[in-house]
Amino acid sequence: MIQAVLQPGGDAATALYIVAFSLFIIGIKQGTHPTTAKRGNLIAAVGMAIAVVTTLLLDGMGNWGLIFLGLGIGTAVGVIASIRVQMTEMPQMVALYNGVGGGAVALIAWSEIRHGISLGEDFPLDELIPIIFAGVVGSVSFWGSNIAFAKLQDLIPTRPIAAPGQQVINAVLLIAIVTICVILAVDHESPSQGLFILLLVLAAILGNLVVLPIGGADMPVVISLLNAFTGLSAAAAGFALDNVALIVAGTLVGSSGTILTLEMATAMNRSVANILFSGFGGAPAGGGGGTGEERPHVSIGAQDAAIKLAYADSVVIVPGYGLAVAQAQHAIKEVADELEARGVTVNYAIHPVAGRMPGHMNVLLAEADVAYENLKEMEEINPEMPRTDVAVVVGANDVTNPAAKNDPDSPIAGMPIIEVSEAQEVIVIKRSLSPGFAGIDNDLFYESNTSMLFADAKQAAADIAAEIGNL
Amino acid sequence: MSLMTEITIFVLAVFVGFEVISKVPTTLHTPLMSQTNAIHGIVMLGGLIVLGYADDGLEYVIGTIAVAFGAINIVGGFMVTDRMLGMFSKRPKPAASSASRPGASGSEKGSDK
Repeated sequence: MIQAVLQPGGDAATALYIVAFSLFIIGIKQGTHPTTAKRGNLIAAVGMAIAVVTTLLLDGMGNWGLIFLGLGIGTAVGVIASIRVQMTEMPQMVALYNGVGGGAVALIAWSEIRHGISLGEDFPLDELIPIIFAGVVGSVSFWGSNIAFAKLQDLIPTRPIAAPGQQVINAVLLIAIVTICVILAVDHESPSQGLFILLLVLAAILGNLVVLPIGGADMPVVISLLNAFTGLSAAAAGFALDNVALIVAGTLVGSSGTILTLEMATAMNRSVANILFSGFGGAPAGGGGGTGEERPHVSIGAQDAAIKLAYADSVVIVPGYGLAVAQAQHAIKEVADELEARGVTVNYAIHPVAGRMPGHMNVLLAEADVAYENLKEMEEINPEMPRTDVAVVVGANDVTNPAAKNDPDSPIAGMPIIEVSEAQEVIVIKRSLSPGFAGIDNDLFYESNTSMLFADAKQAAADIAAEIGNL
Repeated sequence: MSLMTEITIFVLAVFVGFEVISKVPTTLHTPLMSQTNAIHGIVMLGGLIVLGYADDGLEYVIGTIAVAFGAINIVGGFMVTDRMLGMFSKRPKPAASSASRPGASGSEKGSDK
Protein backbone atom coordinates (compact mmCIF):
# COMPACT_ATOMS: atom_id res chain seq x y z
CA MET A 1 0.00 0.00 0.00
CA ILE A 2 2.79 2.38 0.83
CA GLN A 3 6.11 1.92 -0.92
CA ALA A 4 8.62 1.12 1.80
CA VAL A 5 11.78 3.02 0.99
CA LEU A 6 13.78 3.51 4.16
CA GLN A 7 15.91 0.96 5.97
CA PRO A 8 15.44 1.00 9.75
CA GLY A 9 18.63 2.52 11.17
CA GLY A 10 19.79 3.32 7.63
CA ASP A 11 21.37 6.61 6.61
CA ALA A 12 18.27 8.11 5.01
CA ALA A 13 15.99 7.37 7.96
CA THR A 14 18.60 8.60 10.44
CA ALA A 15 19.16 11.81 8.45
CA LEU A 16 15.43 12.54 8.52
CA TYR A 17 15.32 11.86 12.25
CA ILE A 18 18.22 14.29 12.70
CA VAL A 19 16.23 16.96 10.85
CA ALA A 20 13.26 16.20 13.09
CA PHE A 21 15.05 16.48 16.41
CA SER A 22 16.91 19.60 15.27
CA LEU A 23 13.50 21.17 14.68
CA PHE A 24 12.48 20.10 18.22
CA ILE A 25 15.51 21.87 19.68
CA ILE A 26 14.84 25.04 17.66
CA GLY A 27 11.16 24.82 18.60
CA ILE A 28 11.88 24.58 22.34
CA LYS A 29 14.44 27.38 22.12
CA GLN A 30 11.93 29.67 20.41
CA GLY A 31 9.33 28.62 22.95
CA THR A 32 11.29 30.47 25.63
CA HIS A 33 10.63 33.92 24.10
CA PRO A 34 7.16 35.51 23.95
CA THR A 35 7.58 36.80 20.40
CA THR A 36 8.75 33.51 18.88
CA ALA A 37 6.89 30.97 21.02
CA LYS A 38 4.03 30.36 18.62
CA ARG A 39 6.37 29.86 15.68
CA GLY A 40 8.51 27.57 17.85
CA ASN A 41 5.55 25.35 18.52
CA LEU A 42 4.81 25.09 14.79
CA ILE A 43 8.44 24.27 14.04
CA ALA A 44 8.39 21.46 16.60
CA ALA A 45 5.14 20.19 15.09
CA VAL A 46 6.73 20.11 11.63
CA GLY A 47 9.63 18.14 13.12
CA MET A 48 7.11 15.69 14.54
CA ALA A 49 5.40 15.29 11.17
CA ILE A 50 8.76 14.50 9.54
CA ALA A 51 9.56 11.93 12.23
CA VAL A 52 6.17 10.23 11.87
CA VAL A 53 6.29 10.07 8.06
CA THR A 54 9.84 8.74 8.17
CA THR A 55 8.75 5.96 10.49
CA LEU A 56 5.78 5.07 8.31
CA LEU A 57 8.18 4.65 5.35
CA LEU A 58 10.43 2.17 7.15
CA ASP A 59 11.01 -1.08 5.32
CA GLY A 60 8.99 -4.05 6.50
CA MET A 61 6.19 -2.13 8.20
CA GLY A 62 2.78 -3.75 7.98
CA ASN A 63 -0.62 -3.82 9.64
CA TRP A 64 -1.57 -0.62 7.86
CA GLY A 65 -5.25 -0.95 8.72
CA LEU A 66 -4.50 -0.97 12.43
CA ILE A 67 -1.88 1.77 12.13
CA PHE A 68 -4.36 4.09 10.46
CA LEU A 69 -7.08 3.06 12.90
CA GLY A 70 -4.83 4.05 15.81
CA LEU A 71 -3.71 7.26 14.11
CA GLY A 72 -7.29 8.14 13.19
CA ILE A 73 -8.74 7.58 16.65
CA GLY A 74 -5.88 9.37 18.38
CA THR A 75 -5.95 12.34 16.02
CA ALA A 76 -9.73 12.68 16.29
CA VAL A 77 -9.66 12.56 20.09
CA GLY A 78 -6.75 15.02 20.24
CA VAL A 79 -8.36 17.50 17.85
CA ILE A 80 -11.79 17.41 19.44
CA ALA A 81 -10.47 17.61 23.00
CA SER A 82 -8.16 20.51 22.15
CA ILE A 83 -10.86 22.52 20.45
CA ARG A 84 -13.43 21.98 23.14
CA VAL A 85 -11.27 22.48 26.21
CA GLN A 86 -11.77 25.75 28.09
CA MET A 87 -8.73 27.90 28.83
CA THR A 88 -9.35 27.23 32.51
CA GLU A 89 -9.01 23.50 31.95
CA MET A 90 -5.65 23.66 30.19
CA PRO A 91 -3.65 22.37 33.16
CA GLN A 92 -5.62 19.15 33.45
CA MET A 93 -5.53 18.77 29.66
CA VAL A 94 -1.74 18.86 29.75
CA ALA A 95 -1.83 16.28 32.55
CA LEU A 96 -4.04 14.04 30.48
CA TYR A 97 -1.90 14.29 27.34
CA ASN A 98 1.14 13.57 29.45
CA GLY A 99 -0.61 10.52 30.87
CA VAL A 100 -1.45 8.97 27.51
CA GLY A 101 2.16 9.52 26.45
CA GLY A 102 3.33 7.56 29.48
CA GLY A 103 0.69 4.93 28.78
CA ALA A 104 1.97 4.55 25.23
CA VAL A 105 5.51 3.99 26.53
CA ALA A 106 4.37 1.32 28.99
CA LEU A 107 2.38 -0.47 26.26
CA ILE A 108 5.33 -0.34 23.85
CA ALA A 109 7.57 -1.84 26.52
CA TRP A 110 5.07 -4.64 27.17
CA SER A 111 4.76 -5.36 23.45
CA GLU A 112 8.54 -5.46 23.03
CA ILE A 113 8.86 -7.98 25.86
CA ARG A 114 6.09 -10.14 24.36
CA HIS A 115 7.55 -9.94 20.89
CA GLY A 116 11.02 -10.90 22.09
CA ILE A 117 9.75 -13.80 24.19
CA SER A 118 7.60 -15.15 21.37
CA LEU A 119 10.64 -15.16 19.08
CA GLY A 120 12.53 -17.03 21.79
CA GLU A 121 15.22 -14.40 21.71
CA ASP A 122 17.86 -13.93 24.34
CA PHE A 123 17.37 -10.33 25.44
CA PRO A 124 20.64 -8.45 25.51
CA LEU A 125 20.80 -6.43 28.71
CA ASP A 126 21.26 -3.15 26.85
CA GLU A 127 17.83 -3.76 25.36
CA LEU A 128 16.08 -5.36 28.33
CA ILE A 129 17.07 -2.74 30.91
CA PRO A 130 15.70 0.19 28.89
CA ILE A 131 12.49 -1.79 28.29
CA ILE A 132 12.05 -2.40 32.00
CA PHE A 133 12.80 1.24 32.79
CA ALA A 134 10.36 2.43 30.12
CA GLY A 135 7.65 0.10 31.42
CA VAL A 136 7.96 1.16 35.05
CA VAL A 137 8.31 4.91 34.46
CA GLY A 138 5.66 4.94 31.73
CA SER A 139 3.19 3.19 34.01
CA VAL A 140 3.92 5.51 36.96
CA SER A 141 3.53 8.50 34.66
CA PHE A 142 0.25 7.26 33.15
CA TRP A 143 -1.44 6.67 36.47
CA GLY A 144 0.12 9.63 38.25
CA SER A 145 -1.02 11.96 35.47
CA ASN A 146 -4.52 10.51 35.54
CA ILE A 147 -4.77 11.19 39.25
CA ALA A 148 -3.46 14.72 38.67
CA PHE A 149 -6.11 15.15 35.97
CA ALA A 150 -8.85 13.83 38.24
CA LYS A 151 -7.77 16.16 41.05
CA LEU A 152 -7.67 19.23 38.81
CA GLN A 153 -11.00 18.31 37.23
CA ASP A 154 -12.46 17.91 40.74
CA LEU A 155 -13.36 14.29 40.06
CA ILE A 156 -11.62 13.45 43.32
CA PRO A 157 -10.90 15.79 46.23
CA THR A 158 -7.93 18.10 45.67
CA ARG A 159 -7.12 17.88 49.35
CA PRO A 160 -4.24 15.55 50.19
CA ILE A 161 -5.50 11.99 50.55
CA ALA A 162 -3.22 9.85 52.63
CA ALA A 163 -3.61 6.56 54.41
CA PRO A 164 -1.72 5.94 57.62
CA GLY A 165 1.59 4.26 56.92
CA GLN A 166 1.56 5.56 53.36
CA GLN A 167 5.31 6.09 53.30
CA VAL A 168 5.88 2.50 54.41
CA ILE A 169 3.55 1.15 51.72
CA ASN A 170 5.32 3.23 49.08
CA ALA A 171 8.70 2.03 50.27
CA VAL A 172 7.58 -1.60 50.16
CA LEU A 173 6.18 -1.11 46.66
CA LEU A 174 9.41 0.49 45.52
CA ILE A 175 11.46 -2.37 46.95
CA ALA A 176 9.18 -4.90 45.25
CA ILE A 177 9.53 -3.08 41.94
CA VAL A 178 13.32 -2.95 42.16
CA THR A 179 13.42 -6.63 43.14
CA ILE A 180 11.33 -7.67 40.14
CA CYS A 181 13.50 -5.51 37.86
CA VAL A 182 16.59 -7.32 39.14
CA ILE A 183 14.96 -10.75 38.71
CA LEU A 184 13.95 -9.89 35.14
CA ALA A 185 17.43 -8.61 34.32
CA VAL A 186 19.18 -11.64 35.82
CA ASP A 187 16.87 -13.95 33.90
CA HIS A 188 17.40 -12.07 30.65
CA GLU A 189 17.62 -15.20 28.55
CA SER A 190 13.93 -15.90 29.11
CA PRO A 191 12.30 -13.12 31.10
CA SER A 192 8.82 -13.92 32.41
CA GLN A 193 6.03 -11.95 30.79
CA GLY A 194 3.82 -12.48 33.82
CA LEU A 195 6.46 -10.91 36.04
CA PHE A 196 6.70 -7.95 33.65
CA ILE A 197 2.93 -7.40 33.80
CA LEU A 198 3.10 -7.59 37.59
CA LEU A 199 5.80 -4.92 37.36
CA LEU A 200 3.51 -2.65 35.33
CA VAL A 201 0.70 -3.15 37.85
CA LEU A 202 2.91 -2.39 40.85
CA ALA A 203 4.22 0.72 39.10
CA ALA A 204 0.62 1.75 38.41
CA ILE A 205 -0.26 1.41 42.10
CA LEU A 206 2.84 3.40 43.03
CA GLY A 207 1.87 6.15 40.57
CA ASN A 208 -1.53 6.40 42.23
CA LEU A 209 -0.21 6.36 45.77
CA VAL A 210 2.51 8.95 45.14
CA VAL A 211 0.19 11.54 43.58
CA LEU A 212 -2.96 10.99 45.71
CA PRO A 213 -1.48 12.50 48.89
CA ILE A 214 -0.33 15.64 47.08
CA GLY A 215 -2.55 18.69 47.44
CA GLY A 216 -3.89 20.65 44.49
CA ALA A 217 -1.54 23.57 45.13
CA ASP A 218 1.49 21.43 44.37
CA MET A 219 -0.04 19.84 41.28
CA PRO A 220 1.74 22.09 38.73
CA VAL A 221 5.10 20.86 39.97
CA VAL A 222 3.89 17.27 39.89
CA ILE A 223 2.62 17.52 36.32
CA SER A 224 5.89 19.08 35.23
CA LEU A 225 7.83 16.32 36.95
CA LEU A 226 5.70 13.59 35.37
CA ASN A 227 6.24 15.33 32.03
CA ALA A 228 9.99 14.97 32.51
CA PHE A 229 9.51 11.33 33.54
CA THR A 230 7.52 10.54 30.41
CA GLY A 231 10.30 12.14 28.36
CA LEU A 232 12.90 9.93 30.00
CA SER A 233 10.79 6.82 29.51
CA ALA A 234 10.43 7.72 25.82
CA ALA A 235 14.22 7.99 25.63
CA ALA A 236 14.48 4.54 27.24
CA ALA A 237 12.10 3.17 24.62
CA GLY A 238 14.45 4.72 22.06
CA PHE A 239 17.37 2.75 23.50
CA ALA A 240 15.34 -0.45 23.28
CA LEU A 241 14.23 0.21 19.69
CA ASP A 242 17.58 1.71 18.55
CA ASN A 243 15.70 4.83 17.48
CA VAL A 244 17.72 8.03 17.60
CA ALA A 245 14.67 10.33 17.30
CA LEU A 246 13.16 8.81 20.44
CA ILE A 247 16.42 9.02 22.34
CA VAL A 248 17.06 12.69 21.55
CA ALA A 249 13.49 13.97 21.81
CA GLY A 250 12.75 11.99 24.98
CA THR A 251 15.98 13.10 26.63
CA LEU A 252 15.38 16.74 25.67
CA VAL A 253 12.00 16.64 27.37
CA GLY A 254 13.47 14.82 30.34
CA SER A 255 16.21 17.36 30.99
CA SER A 256 14.32 20.53 30.04
CA GLY A 257 11.33 19.27 32.03
CA THR A 258 13.57 18.74 35.05
CA ILE A 259 14.82 22.33 34.86
CA LEU A 260 11.26 23.61 34.50
CA THR A 261 10.18 21.52 37.50
CA LEU A 262 12.99 22.87 39.65
CA GLU A 263 12.16 26.44 38.62
CA MET A 264 8.55 25.95 39.67
CA ALA A 265 9.48 24.33 42.97
CA THR A 266 11.92 27.17 43.68
CA ALA A 267 9.17 29.69 43.01
CA MET A 268 7.18 28.04 45.80
CA ASN A 269 10.23 27.76 48.03
CA ARG A 270 9.70 24.01 48.29
CA SER A 271 11.91 21.13 47.32
CA VAL A 272 10.63 18.51 44.92
CA ALA A 273 11.38 15.78 47.48
CA ASN A 274 9.34 17.70 50.03
CA ILE A 275 6.37 17.89 47.66
CA LEU A 276 6.51 14.22 46.74
CA PHE A 277 6.99 12.78 50.17
CA SER A 278 5.19 15.07 52.57
CA GLY A 279 2.50 16.92 50.66
CA PHE A 280 0.67 19.81 52.22
CA GLY A 281 -1.16 17.22 54.25
CA GLY A 282 2.08 16.51 56.10
CA ALA A 283 0.90 18.64 58.99
CA PRO A 284 -2.39 16.96 59.84
CA ALA A 285 -3.44 19.71 62.22
CA GLY A 286 -3.47 22.27 59.42
CA GLY A 287 -4.87 19.88 56.88
CA GLY A 288 -8.34 19.69 58.37
CA GLY A 289 -11.25 21.51 56.84
CA GLY A 290 -11.28 23.96 59.81
CA THR A 291 -14.01 26.19 58.40
CA GLY A 292 -16.27 25.78 61.38
CA GLU A 293 -14.70 28.36 63.62
CA GLU A 294 -16.04 31.89 63.42
CA ARG A 295 -13.55 34.72 63.27
CA PRO A 296 -14.49 38.38 62.90
CA HIS A 297 -14.21 39.75 59.39
CA VAL A 298 -15.58 42.71 57.43
CA SER A 299 -18.02 41.99 54.63
CA ILE A 300 -18.87 44.59 51.97
CA GLY A 301 -20.97 44.84 48.80
CA ALA A 302 -20.14 45.76 45.23
CA GLN A 303 -21.01 49.44 45.71
CA ASP A 304 -18.61 49.87 48.65
CA ALA A 305 -15.91 48.15 46.68
CA ALA A 306 -16.56 50.39 43.68
CA ILE A 307 -16.20 53.53 45.82
CA LYS A 308 -12.96 52.34 47.40
CA LEU A 309 -11.54 51.57 43.97
CA ALA A 310 -12.76 54.63 42.10
CA TYR A 311 -11.19 57.06 44.58
CA ALA A 312 -7.86 55.27 44.77
CA ASP A 313 -4.74 56.40 42.92
CA SER A 314 -3.26 52.97 42.42
CA VAL A 315 -4.92 49.58 42.39
CA VAL A 316 -3.30 46.17 42.18
CA ILE A 317 -5.38 43.19 41.10
CA VAL A 318 -4.22 39.81 42.40
CA PRO A 319 -5.82 37.03 40.37
CA GLY A 320 -6.01 33.39 41.41
CA TYR A 321 -7.66 30.17 40.39
CA GLY A 322 -11.08 31.50 41.42
CA LEU A 323 -10.81 33.98 38.54
CA ALA A 324 -10.20 31.12 36.15
CA VAL A 325 -13.08 29.06 37.49
CA ALA A 326 -15.50 31.97 37.25
CA GLN A 327 -14.17 32.99 33.81
CA ALA A 328 -13.95 36.48 35.28
CA GLN A 329 -11.01 37.77 33.25
CA HIS A 330 -13.14 39.88 30.89
CA ALA A 331 -15.22 41.32 33.73
CA ILE A 332 -12.06 42.21 35.64
CA LYS A 333 -10.68 43.90 32.55
CA GLU A 334 -13.87 45.98 32.42
CA VAL A 335 -13.31 47.10 36.01
CA ALA A 336 -9.73 48.00 35.13
CA ASP A 337 -10.89 49.93 32.06
CA GLU A 338 -13.41 51.89 34.13
CA LEU A 339 -10.74 52.70 36.69
CA GLU A 340 -8.15 53.69 34.10
CA ALA A 341 -10.69 55.97 32.46
CA ARG A 342 -10.83 57.75 35.83
CA GLY A 343 -7.06 58.06 36.01
CA VAL A 344 -6.45 55.19 38.42
CA THR A 345 -3.28 53.18 37.80
CA VAL A 346 -4.16 49.50 37.58
CA ASN A 347 -1.62 46.70 37.64
CA TYR A 348 -1.89 42.95 37.99
CA ALA A 349 0.25 41.01 40.43
CA ILE A 350 1.04 37.55 39.16
CA HIS A 351 2.27 35.03 41.68
CA PRO A 352 4.54 32.44 40.04
CA VAL A 353 2.14 29.64 40.95
CA ALA A 354 -1.17 31.48 40.92
CA GLY A 355 -3.85 29.32 39.39
CA ARG A 356 -2.88 25.76 38.88
CA MET A 357 0.13 26.26 36.67
CA PRO A 358 2.77 28.90 36.31
CA GLY A 359 1.68 31.31 33.61
CA HIS A 360 -1.97 30.26 34.00
CA MET A 361 -3.07 33.78 34.95
CA ASN A 362 -1.01 35.38 32.20
CA VAL A 363 -2.76 33.26 29.61
CA LEU A 364 -6.21 34.11 30.96
CA LEU A 365 -5.56 37.83 31.25
CA ALA A 366 -3.96 37.93 27.82
CA GLU A 367 -7.20 36.43 26.54
CA ALA A 368 -9.00 39.47 27.98
CA ASP A 369 -6.53 41.81 26.21
CA VAL A 370 -4.77 42.95 29.35
CA ALA A 371 -1.55 44.63 28.20
CA TYR A 372 1.57 42.57 28.81
CA GLU A 373 3.36 45.40 30.60
CA ASN A 374 0.60 45.65 33.23
CA LEU A 375 1.27 42.10 34.38
CA LYS A 376 3.79 42.41 37.20
CA GLU A 377 5.71 39.53 38.65
CA MET A 378 5.77 39.05 42.39
CA GLU A 379 9.29 40.43 42.97
CA GLU A 380 8.40 43.52 41.00
CA ILE A 381 5.08 44.29 42.69
CA ASN A 382 5.82 43.51 46.35
CA PRO A 383 7.99 46.62 46.91
CA GLU A 384 5.14 48.69 45.43
CA MET A 385 2.54 47.28 47.81
CA PRO A 386 2.95 49.83 50.64
CA ARG A 387 2.31 52.57 48.07
CA THR A 388 -0.77 50.81 46.71
CA ASP A 389 -4.12 52.15 47.80
CA VAL A 390 -6.25 49.09 47.16
CA ALA A 391 -5.24 45.52 46.46
CA VAL A 392 -8.05 43.45 44.99
CA VAL A 393 -7.67 39.72 45.49
CA VAL A 394 -9.81 37.85 42.96
CA GLY A 395 -10.13 34.18 43.73
CA ALA A 396 -6.58 33.89 45.03
CA ASN A 397 -5.95 32.48 48.46
CA ASP A 398 -2.82 30.63 49.53
CA VAL A 399 -0.54 32.91 47.49
CA THR A 400 -1.65 35.87 49.64
CA ASN A 401 -1.63 34.12 53.02
CA PRO A 402 0.55 36.07 55.45
CA ALA A 403 1.01 32.86 57.45
CA ALA A 404 3.63 31.87 54.88
CA LYS A 405 5.74 34.75 56.22
CA ASN A 406 4.66 34.99 59.84
CA ASP A 407 3.93 31.47 61.03
CA PRO A 408 6.90 29.10 60.88
CA ASP A 409 4.58 26.16 61.72
CA SER A 410 2.28 26.76 58.77
CA PRO A 411 2.34 24.07 56.06
CA ILE A 412 3.11 26.82 53.54
CA ALA A 413 5.76 28.51 55.70
CA GLY A 414 8.46 30.05 53.55
CA MET A 415 6.42 30.12 50.35
CA PRO A 416 6.87 33.57 48.80
CA ILE A 417 3.57 35.47 48.73
CA ILE A 418 2.11 38.58 47.18
CA GLU A 419 2.21 40.89 50.18
CA VAL A 420 -1.28 42.34 49.78
CA SER A 421 -1.62 43.05 53.49
CA GLU A 422 1.04 45.75 53.00
CA ALA A 423 -1.41 47.71 50.83
CA GLN A 424 -3.52 50.44 52.44
CA GLU A 425 -6.69 48.45 51.86
CA VAL A 426 -7.46 44.96 50.66
CA ILE A 427 -10.64 43.76 49.00
CA VAL A 428 -10.98 40.00 48.71
CA ILE A 429 -13.54 38.75 46.21
CA LYS A 430 -14.32 35.18 47.12
CA ARG A 431 -17.34 32.97 47.43
CA SER A 432 -16.75 32.05 51.05
CA LEU A 433 -14.14 31.96 53.77
CA SER A 434 -13.25 28.40 52.85
CA PRO A 435 -9.58 27.54 52.66
CA GLY A 436 -7.62 27.17 49.41
CA PHE A 437 -5.87 24.12 47.98
CA ALA A 438 -3.40 24.00 50.83
CA GLY A 439 -6.41 23.38 53.06
CA ILE A 440 -5.43 26.04 55.57
CA ASP A 441 -7.17 29.14 56.87
CA ASN A 442 -6.04 32.52 55.49
CA ASP A 443 -5.28 35.13 58.16
CA LEU A 444 -5.54 37.84 55.51
CA PHE A 445 -9.34 37.59 55.61
CA TYR A 446 -9.44 38.66 59.25
CA GLU A 447 -7.01 41.58 59.14
CA SER A 448 -8.33 45.04 59.96
CA ASN A 449 -7.64 46.53 56.52
CA THR A 450 -9.29 43.65 54.67
CA SER A 451 -12.86 43.70 53.35
CA MET A 452 -14.50 40.55 52.07
CA LEU A 453 -16.83 40.66 49.08
CA PHE A 454 -18.60 37.32 49.05
CA ALA A 455 -19.65 36.59 45.47
CA ASP A 456 -18.79 34.78 42.32
CA ALA A 457 -15.78 36.59 40.87
CA LYS A 458 -17.38 37.27 37.48
CA GLN A 459 -20.63 38.57 38.93
CA ALA A 460 -18.83 40.69 41.50
CA ALA A 461 -16.53 42.23 38.89
CA ALA A 462 -19.46 43.01 36.59
CA ASP A 463 -21.34 44.63 39.49
CA ILE A 464 -18.30 46.66 40.51
CA ALA A 465 -17.74 47.86 36.94
CA ALA A 466 -21.38 48.94 36.71
CA GLU A 467 -21.21 50.72 40.08
CA ILE A 468 -18.05 52.59 39.09
CA GLY A 469 -19.81 53.68 35.92
CA ASN A 470 -22.65 55.09 38.05
CA LEU A 471 -20.41 57.14 40.31
CA MET B 1 23.93 1.85 16.77
CA SER B 2 26.28 0.76 19.50
CA LEU B 3 25.29 1.24 23.11
CA MET B 4 28.13 3.71 23.65
CA THR B 5 27.02 5.81 20.65
CA GLU B 6 23.52 5.88 22.11
CA ILE B 7 24.81 6.90 25.52
CA THR B 8 26.90 9.66 23.93
CA ILE B 9 23.80 10.99 22.19
CA PHE B 10 21.83 10.71 25.43
CA VAL B 11 24.35 12.66 27.50
CA LEU B 12 24.70 15.40 24.90
CA ALA B 13 20.91 15.68 24.65
CA VAL B 14 20.70 16.06 28.44
CA PHE B 15 22.97 19.09 28.28
CA VAL B 16 21.17 20.56 25.29
CA GLY B 17 17.91 20.25 27.23
CA PHE B 18 19.42 22.05 30.22
CA GLU B 19 20.88 24.83 28.09
CA VAL B 20 17.91 25.45 25.85
CA ILE B 21 15.48 26.01 28.69
CA SER B 22 17.35 28.49 30.86
CA LYS B 23 15.82 31.91 31.59
CA VAL B 24 12.18 31.33 30.73
CA PRO B 25 9.72 34.08 31.72
CA THR B 26 7.03 32.75 34.06
CA THR B 27 4.44 33.66 31.47
CA LEU B 28 5.71 30.98 29.15
CA HIS B 29 6.05 28.16 31.68
CA THR B 30 2.68 26.60 30.93
CA PRO B 31 2.92 26.79 27.12
CA LEU B 32 6.48 25.51 27.22
CA MET B 33 5.56 22.60 29.46
CA SER B 34 2.73 21.85 27.07
CA GLN B 35 5.05 22.01 24.05
CA THR B 36 7.64 19.67 25.56
CA ASN B 37 4.72 17.47 26.55
CA ALA B 38 3.73 17.29 22.88
CA ILE B 39 7.31 16.50 21.89
CA HIS B 40 7.46 13.40 24.06
CA GLY B 41 4.55 12.24 21.95
CA ILE B 42 7.48 11.07 19.82
CA VAL B 43 6.86 7.75 21.59
CA MET B 44 4.19 7.22 18.97
CA LEU B 45 7.07 6.27 16.67
CA GLY B 46 7.76 3.38 19.02
CA GLY B 47 4.10 2.44 18.82
CA LEU B 48 4.19 2.54 15.02
CA ILE B 49 7.28 0.35 14.90
CA VAL B 50 5.90 -2.14 17.40
CA LEU B 51 2.56 -2.31 15.60
CA GLY B 52 4.15 -2.31 12.16
CA TYR B 53 6.09 -5.45 12.99
CA ALA B 54 3.50 -7.09 15.26
CA ASP B 55 2.35 -10.61 14.51
CA ASP B 56 -0.10 -11.76 17.13
CA GLY B 57 -3.52 -10.74 18.38
CA LEU B 58 -2.61 -9.14 21.69
CA GLU B 59 0.28 -7.24 20.10
CA TYR B 60 -2.16 -5.81 17.54
CA VAL B 61 -4.36 -4.54 20.35
CA ILE B 62 -1.51 -3.18 22.46
CA GLY B 63 0.13 -1.56 19.44
CA THR B 64 -3.06 0.08 18.20
CA ILE B 65 -3.78 1.53 21.63
CA ALA B 66 -0.18 2.74 21.93
CA VAL B 67 -0.40 4.48 18.53
CA ALA B 68 -3.74 6.05 19.46
CA PHE B 69 -2.32 7.26 22.83
CA GLY B 70 0.74 8.66 21.08
CA ALA B 71 -1.40 10.43 18.47
CA ILE B 72 -3.52 12.03 21.21
CA ASN B 73 -0.33 13.16 22.93
CA ILE B 74 1.09 14.70 19.74
CA VAL B 75 -2.00 16.23 18.15
CA GLY B 76 -3.59 17.38 21.39
CA GLY B 77 -0.31 18.65 22.78
CA PHE B 78 0.64 20.83 19.83
CA MET B 79 -2.91 22.12 19.33
CA VAL B 80 -3.40 23.07 22.96
CA THR B 81 -0.01 24.81 23.00
CA ASP B 82 -0.97 26.70 19.87
CA ARG B 83 -4.21 27.81 21.48
CA MET B 84 -2.43 29.04 24.59
CA LEU B 85 0.15 30.96 22.55
CA GLY B 86 -2.56 32.37 20.30
CA MET B 87 -3.64 34.41 23.29
CA PHE B 88 -0.34 36.27 23.16
CA SER B 89 0.23 36.70 19.47
CA LYS B 90 -2.95 38.48 18.47
CA ARG B 91 -2.13 41.55 20.52
CA PRO B 92 0.22 44.26 19.29
CA LYS B 93 3.73 44.21 20.71
CA PRO B 94 4.18 46.02 24.02
CA ALA B 95 4.93 49.71 23.58
CA ALA B 96 8.63 50.36 23.16
CA SER B 97 8.91 52.60 26.20
CA SER B 98 8.74 50.22 29.10
CA ALA B 99 10.78 52.64 31.17
CA SER B 100 7.87 54.01 33.19
CA ARG B 101 7.46 52.20 36.46
CA PRO B 102 4.26 52.30 38.47
CA GLY B 103 4.90 54.65 41.31
CA ALA B 104 4.53 58.21 42.45
CA SER B 105 2.43 59.63 39.67
CA GLY B 106 -0.96 58.19 38.81
CA SER B 107 -0.56 59.25 35.21
CA GLU B 108 -2.61 57.78 32.42
CA LYS B 109 -1.13 54.72 30.89
CA GLY B 110 -0.44 55.02 27.19
CA SER B 111 -2.57 52.20 25.92
CA ASP B 112 -1.31 50.81 22.64
CA LYS B 113 -4.55 49.21 21.68
